[in-house]
Amino acid sequence: MTVHFKQDTPDDSNRLDGMKQGVLGKSIRRVEGMAKVTGTAPYSAEYPIADCAEGVLVTSTITRGKVVSIDKDAVLSMPGVLAVIDDPAMTTRAAQGTADEAPQQEPGTVCYWGQPIALVVAETFEQARDAAKHLPINYREDPSAPLDPQAVEAEEQEDETVRQGDLDHAMATAAHSVDVTYTTKGHASAAMEPHASIAQWDGDKLTVYASLQMLNYNISELADALGMEEENVRLVSRFVGGGFGSKLGVSEDVVAAAIASKEVGRPVRVVMSRQQVFQCVMRRSETTQHLRLAADENGKLIGFGHHALVSNLPGETFAEPVLQSSHFLYGGENRDLMLEVARIHRMTAGSVRAPGEAVGMPALEGAMDVLAEKAGIDPVELRLKNIPEEDPEEGLPFSSHKLAECLRQGADAFGWDSGPRSPRHTCEGEWWVGTGMASAARVHNIAEAKSRVTLKADGSAVVETDMTDIGTGTYTILAQLAGEMLGLEPAQVLVELGDTKNPRGPGSGGSWGAASIGSAVYIACKAVREELGQRLGVGETELELKDGKAASGESLVSLLDGNDLSREGHYEPGDIKDDFTASGFGAFFAQVRVNRFTGETRVDRMLGAFGFGRVLNHKTARSQCLGGITWSIGVALTEALEFDPRDGHLVNCDLAEYHVPVHRDVPDLEVVLVEERDPAASPIQAKGIGELGMCGGAAAIANAIYNACGARIFDYPMTPDRVLAAMPD
Amino acid sequence: MRPFSYSRARTLGDAAQLTHDDTALAIAGGTNLLDLMKLQVETPETLADISRIGFGGIEDTDDGGLSIGALASNTETAVHPRVRSDYPVLARAILAGATQQLRNKATTGGNLCQRTRCFYFTNIDQPCNKREPGSGCGAIDGIAKLHAVLGTSDQCIATYPGDMAVALSALDAQVEIAKSGGDTRTVPVRDFHCLPGDTPWRENVLEEGELITAVTLPAPVGGTQIYRKVRERSSYAFALVSVAAVVEIEDGKFTRADLAFGGLAHKPWQDPRIGEALMGKVPSDDLFDKAADILLEDARGFGENDFKIPLARRTLHAVLQNATEAAA
Ligand SMILES: Cc1cc2nc3c(=O)[nH]c(=O)nc-3n(C[C@H](O)[C@H](O)[C@H](O)COP(=O)(O)OP(=O)(O)OC[C@H]3O[C@@H](n4cnc5c(N)ncnc54)[C@H](O)[C@@H]3O)c2cc1C
Ligand code: SF4
Repeated sequence: MTVHFKQDTPDDSNRLDGMKQGVLGKSIRRVEGMAKVTGTAPYSAEYPIADCAEGVLVTSTITRGKVVSIDKDAVLSMPGVLAVIDDPAMTTRAAQGTADEAPQQEPGTVCYWGQPIALVVAETFEQARDAAKHLPINYREDPSAPLDPQAVEAEEQEDETVRQGDLDHAMATAAHSVDVTYTTKGHASAAMEPHASIAQWDGDKLTVYASLQMLNYNISELADALGMEEENVRLVSRFVGGGFGSKLGVSEDVVAAAIASKEVGRPVRVVMSRQQVFQCVMRRSETTQHLRLAADENGKLIGFGHHALVSNLPGETFAEPVLQSSHFLYGGENRDLMLEVARIHRMTAGSVRAPGEAVGMPALEGAMDVLAEKAGIDPVELRLKNIPEEDPEEGLPFSSHKLAECLRQGADAFGWDSGPRSPRHTCEGEWWVGTGMASAARVHNIAEAKSRVTLKADGSAVVETDMTDIGTGTYTILAQLAGEMLGLEPAQVLVELGDTKNPRGPGSGGSWGAASIGSAVYIACKAVREELGQRLGVGETELELKDGKAASGESLVSLLDGNDLSREGHYEPGDIKDDFTASGFGAFFAQVRVNRFTGETRVDRMLGAFGFGRVLNHKTARSQCLGGITWSIGVALTEALEFDPRDGHLVNCDLAEYHVPVHRDVPDLEVVLVEERDPAASPIQAKGIGELGMCGGAAAIANAIYNACGARIFDYPMTPDRVLAAMPD
Repeated sequence: MRPFSYSRARTLGDAAQLTHDDTALAIAGGTNLLDLMKLQVETPETLADISRIGFGGIEDTDDGGLSIGALASNTETAVHPRVRSDYPVLARAILAGATQQLRNKATTGGNLCQRTRCFYFTNIDQPCNKREPGSGCGAIDGIAKLHAVLGTSDQCIATYPGDMAVALSALDAQVEIAKSGGDTRTVPVRDFHCLPGDTPWRENVLEEGELITAVTLPAPVGGTQIYRKVRERSSYAFALVSVAAVVEIEDGKFTRADLAFGGLAHKPWQDPRIGEALMGKVPSDDLFDKAADILLEDARGFGENDFKIPLARRTLHAVLQNATEAAA
């Protein structure tokens, strides 16, 4: 039996707060953690499938053009080689998140350097790799492949454009104005587990073990690529070693493995090399952002301008949504926002953790710091002054809004000095020491989701959905949520994820996982409770369940009387999303030191205060925030994709040369969770947290660099060369 | 990875025999060679595993110096009590490199022979004169942030990426080399690596069939020893610029100034004129500037790496100032 619920109005009954088990929100360790750290949790390449052949992708060495011929015979005679596959159904890039249909196919048409064009299958991985490197390919190169986003005419994304009032006039007449241009470089998700799949056919039924974030969409993307019915496809992703957006859409390995397995009549495994993961999955676009802020003498914004230029391949729908939070974070009646996309032939641009705000907020919050300095106002105070009452463009109320609390509580916990600020106030040995802050904002996303909850005759419970846990804690929070609703300890709730034989979840992406699938589980549990209530003769709202018993003393086991009780919850976001602007908010504070000789910057300590609705598990929520702050250290200081100017290939395509922060770069981090209930965000009053923790943090570091040494830098990441170039003598 | 045969050398003679052929390579810790084999940058037909030949020890020499076997792991060397007390610049340089796991496997010989990290060298679908003579240099008009500003040629602008050898150069260490016939020779570390010139594929003076057996350090000298490595992140990154310094100041004047630089050239860079300019002089900003002028006299950037020139100057300042403060 399925219970469908569409949320059209706010729900401030906060039913979960009235439950008796007391496990929701608790700091519980990840239930699958032990299996992961002891190596018993299988990742997709690790399923022990008998007689599995190995496939290695062959990638293009031209930027744009056609594959004229592939000399398959040249490698078919090499030891162990079984097949060379260049089926037109193979995909040449990953699907964009939630695409729900096959991405670009036809590997014979090359659109970027490093694009997959064939697959070599052999008995062993080494044989396949050697043959892949030796495969002779004849191309017809198209020399007209624009590579520089600044050098082409960009396309305006019209639905992002906002023009209100007269910004030019506001800039000209403002008491204080800021007109600055920031740049950010491209980023990689750099998840630990590379993309990998094993495909296996049983008649016309296909099973693929793959490392993917959104099986509910991936199944249609794969079926579409292969021209199959979804019923005949099963995807399994029980454990995913990080995705950060790079595994939102079905990737090239998945489709190639499926086609190859059919052709060679054996299971086939395709694992991307680290270089291939970097070169042919997804990049975050580089950005150029022009910010204009106009404020009155009190620092209140009267004008707000944010133009951004991003890039992608021709034909891709995704444009890094840089302006996402700029639309509502601060007031200012004269507004001018515009997003443009340059079509260039670098690898596909797509979602990388917190698409939009991850780079938009560091620019906006950098510009706000410039304004605070010009207006002589404490940066925290400047933000507090500019929090709008309602969405300044849409006129909608906010579903909930904790920015002010985050700013205040964060400043307190950090020990923020609100006194006058000027650079170079503290020098310790060779190091200038300074502080900076920034606001955090990340739009709240939510999606349709289904889950089955079964109360077993023995009094335990099972939660089933094809939702994934990409290392975030989904297994754990769903056990807590169902436990809370059904009066069980989380250990009594078995959570089964990552298999499309289960009801469709929302997938993990856009930080929407917990709130969306949590709502489906909540709805299913409510339906189970309703049935139990009926059996006991009490209404669902009066039913009290704790430790496997109702308040009346009757145990679940006796109520179930030898039978399982199962309900499916189906959550659908309703019209409510048109009635409110919903976002997570927060504030970052950083103390950094900058070496006065070398321009090296090291973060001393950082604090983030965040409000994102109900906290489902303090430990996993805090871990998400810590991870987010760590990413913002990377955005601020080290992470940058470097593309060759002549053929657009990504040059730094491994973890030695794409610099994510290492342990030593991540100091004392502190997280303050500002608890709240958001009645309009979801039936469980929760919003997203996975991405918020990195939306703006880089600006806190950039602003601290300025406060430390006087180098005002407008280009992220702020590597020593850039710091030195901007550092006053 | 191409098929290759693997032989375990039991003796130095075995190893020399096995590697006496340009399709054979010695493998020690494998932390560099295996990565390059997976990328098919290195495609040896034979791998001679030298890790079981007994030249791993670290021993005192008769003249009060120290001999570090070619197979001593970087970790063993960095924690060795005599290295720590008598040659701290070496311990610091090693610990500034790679990660603990890599240092546990990496060896003295392998570290000296590690290959450049140039992006175009490691991508076999790009031109590179070092990997494929005559194919061109991808880096010169490409992404050259990591590349050299001293001693470059129009064939190659790669850097030698290591840290250990920079400290060994400043310490005036010698590389002990065994030839296939059983002969040995000794080459100062400072002369071990080559400039790219017209032969960028040639990175050091080893001839076919020659192996490094040890590195010897002279008797320790006093003074302040500093290894300063500038990098974007605080660990697990190669040097943008590094400076190894063994400096003594007596009566307010430099009485020793042995300096070597990493990240600037195809080899650890040394210029005896820098020491000469400092000797007998009173430390001052002006003097440090003069030293930097000598170092950078012929420096030339390639756009992206232009910053290394001022960075080298500033890092040298920092090191000499640290040394001056330590002496005070
Ligand atoms: C991600 C990463 C980061 C790193 N960061 C740093 C860093 O910051 N600083 C730094 O200095 N290094 C760094 N390294 C490099 C590391 O120090 C070297 O890989 C290591 O020292 C090589 O030693 P090995 O014994 O493993 O050499 P192998 O890989 O076994 O061999 C390397 C080369 O040396 C040759 N060789 C080995 N022994 C001998 C011998 N006795 N005689 C003649 N030839 C020999 C081999 O034939 C081969 O060509 C890093 C490496 C990695 C992978
Ligand atoms: S700099 Fe040297 S190693 Fe790099 S591409 Fe040029 S020739 Fe090859």
